[in-house]
Amino acid sequence: MISLTSPVETRAHRWPAWLKLGALCLASTGLFMVRDIAIHAVALVAVLALYAAPGPVFLRAGLRSLRVMLPFVVILLGWHMVTGDMRLGLLITLRMVSLVALANLVTMTTGLEDLVDLIRRLTAPLRRLGLPTGALEIAVPLVIRFTPVLVARAETLAEAWRARSRRRPGWRLILPLTLQALDDADHVGEALRARGGALGLHEQE
Amino acid sequence: MERNIAQIALFAAMIAALGLVPQITLGFGVPITAQTLGVMLAGAVLGARRGAAAAALFLLLVALGLPLLAGGRGGLGAFAAPTAGFALGFPVAAFATGLFVEHVRLRSAGLAAGLGSVFGGIVILYIFGATGLAIVAQKSLIEAFTLVAIFIPGDLLKAAITGMLVQALAKIRPQTLAWHRSAARPGDLRW
Repeated sequence: MISLTSPVETRAHRWPAWLKLGALCLASTGLFMVRDIAIHAVALVAVLALYAAPGPVFLRAGLRSLRVMLPFVVILLGWHMVTGDMRLGLLITLRMVSLVALANLVTMTTGLEDLVDLIRRLTAPLRRLGLPTGALEIAVPLVIRFTPVLVARAETLAEAWRARSRRRPGWRLILPLTLQALDDADHVGEALRARGGALGLHEQE
Repeated sequence: MERNIAQIALFAAMIAALGLVPQITLGFGVPITAQTLGVMLAGAVLGARRGAAAAALFLLLVALGLPLLAGGRGGLGAFAAPTAGFALGFPVAAFATGLFVEHVRLRSAGLAAGLGSVFGGIVILYIFGATGLAIVAQKSLIEAFTLVAIFIPGDLLKAAITGMLVQALAKIRPQTLAWHRSAARPGDLRW
């Protein structure tokens, strides 16, 4: 499973994750309060400049992840064209694109390990209260490990279907996929228990 | 305990896989991804609490930057996008679906799961989705709702499919549905 973190090493990759997330919160709140269209235009240009700074490869990857916003931009601008309030439409569209672009920027410059580490530190108070946050640390890698397994299995099922039928494979593949996932869950559960339980041997004492 | 964690993790992976596999997109002109089908299925199979946990775990991984949302989207940007309301509604939708199947006793497990999916995966999820769109796009709730309503027929189809899948599960593996009345209980005599 490949994270959305950019392989292009930028200076921001080395900044602490909490700093980037805090800055994102502040910037997003700020953008929500500003109602001046000129400031929003400047903000978007500034965000795009941040994208362009690490080089063309980074910029292209960033713009690619923003492309999903295009239908919304078209719908919003079209909607306001009809209602005749183009100024408000532009304001909302600019802000929407800047907010998503800023958030994506944090994701692109922050490694998975840094974020997992941050979550571990943020849940530390809960751990001291006695909540089993260890379960989270087991579940996250399990999902990362099993998502590609399930995807590959669904593709195998689709191939087997096509070998026997001329019709398109569809939702019928989901039943065997679910059954296999339930079997996997049983096996993983037993394996976890055999290795000292979900909480780990050292925490059970 | 271990089995519960494993089931929650596997269903979070199912929600992700159903959104990523192009072969399972439901045709009819517009390609509809099966991601919310995974959310409905998590609630209907695992029940309210574990279903919601699976959907929440899925969202956590999206926030961590994994491209697990339908179409390979992910990262923090997904929570600022116009569709953020739908994503944030996933755990609540799974919870509501589970709550429905656990408390509305019907003879047919499939019917309970189908109706539960309509309640959780459509009624509840669209309240979140429309609210999110209304906030991001500064529209009234009614305007936002008319925009998202075009996806309701596809989701009704997914609720029906969830019902059929759970019906089949109840027949071949009743013990997986803890809420179903014909599920095996300790001491039950079963053929």
